Amino acid sequence: MWKEISVLISKEVTLEWRQKFALNGILLYVVSAVFITYLSVGAKQGNISSPTWNALYWIIILFSAVNAVAKSFVQEHQGRQLYYYMIASPEAIILSKIIYNTGLTLILALLGYGVFSVILGNPVQDQGLFILNLVLGAMGFSASLTMVSGIASKAGNNATLMAILSFPVIIPILLMAIRISKNAMDGLDWNVSMDKLITLLAINAIVAVTGYILFPYLWRS
Amino acid sequence: MRQSWWKILAIALLLYTLIAGLLMEAPRLPILNETIRALHFHVTMWFGMILMLVVAVYYSIKYLRTNDIRNDDLAIEFTNSAILFGVLGIVTGMLWAKFTWGDYWSGDPKQNAAAIGILMYFAYLILRNSLTDSQQRARIGAIYNIFAFAAFIPLIFVLPRLTDSLHPGNGGNPGFNAYDLDSKLRAVFYPAIIGWTLLGSWIATVRVRMRRVERTIEDRMINS
Repeated sequence: MWKEISVLISKEVTLEWRQKFALNGILLYVVSAVFITYLSVGAKQGNISSPTWNALYWIIILFSAVNAVAKSFVQEHQGRQLYYYMIASPEAIILSKIIYNTGLTLILALLGYGVFSVILGNPVQDQGLFILNLVLGAMGFSASLTMVSGIASKAGNNATLMAILSFPVIIPILLMAIRISKNAMDGLDWNVSMDKLITLLAINAIVAVTGYILFPYLWRS
Repeated sequence: MRQSWWKILAIALLLYTLIAGLLMEAPRLPILNETIRALHFHVTMWFGMILMLVVAVYYSIKYLRTNDIRNDDLAIEFTNSAILFGVLGIVTGMLWAKFTWGDYWSGDPKQNAAAIGILMYFAYLILRNSLTDSQQRARIGAIYNIFAFAAFIPLIFVLPRLTDSLHPGNGGNPGFNAYDLDSKLRAVFYPAIIGWTLLGSWIATVRVRMRRVERTIEDRMINS
């Protein structure tokens, strides 16, 4: 099982590396989105209040993640999907996609964080907690978005459907992540955020497990 | 009679709810005053909604296991009734909020969570309508229904409890237990939950029968 997953992940990475335009496209998407926000709020460095910074940051990450993950079931042809269907178990496929998308979302989030820090200033006081929160947030985003993109791909895969199906499902994760990152920005003690971190982890687990159980039914159809 | 006893029970309980809920003595309390009667008409909507969503998820799981389209009829119609109750819950809640909190929408965490929950189920309806093949619609609908329910539960039960809410029973506001010293409200509240849920199920089963009749007629037209 683990061998199967690692092979599938390396396949995803190779595929992404061969079609660099998709990866580069989404990276450019993050940078441009940050720049548009920067110009729209008209903030000079450090002038933006930290709740606004936080909200803008997470909204950009949310939209980039939706765009990045939306393609996870479309970039391959029907024929090739049939081939995977024959050689791999659906559990391995969903887990490999979730893990791969977690990595992708995390790269996006870190890139966004970097660009944000450079042009909008970096108000984060507790870097460790902020990064940990990014990892947890990326896991949650990727677990729910991978499943939703699988569903949307069965339904003609239009972008509207992807958005309306994923936004309500992702809101609990987003809200928790925003709250924890606010705590990290204010440099509060880890004890304050501990229960929120555990809740976020629990929501991630619920979403991932539901996806894991339901994906075989989706894959078969 | 064997089939319809619960419909008669629903009517009886709802008549009782209407009469007792509106006319009975209610605890006199600051701020809430007479609006405490909203308990029987607003709070019960959420109970009914959640119960019917549980039923819908049960039939969605059953559909995935059996592939019997009849289970899908039940899942979609119970969800439809639950959405109706959810919308009524939001509207009654807004009316109540206008008189107690001063605004139709005060950004209360529970209010927001409920609105997001409704969005989730509207997305479910749109997803179903975007699929044309009935078996595929049933299968993917069932998958999203279970998935959405798994996200709906933390949204409704966990998140609002982590922050202060304006709702009675949260953030230092005394709740149901503190108001209701003599259990007078409970005598109406619990029957009201059962009554409204039965009414919702009744609506759902009528619509399930309509769906099945339509399908039979369609099949007959195709086969003749």
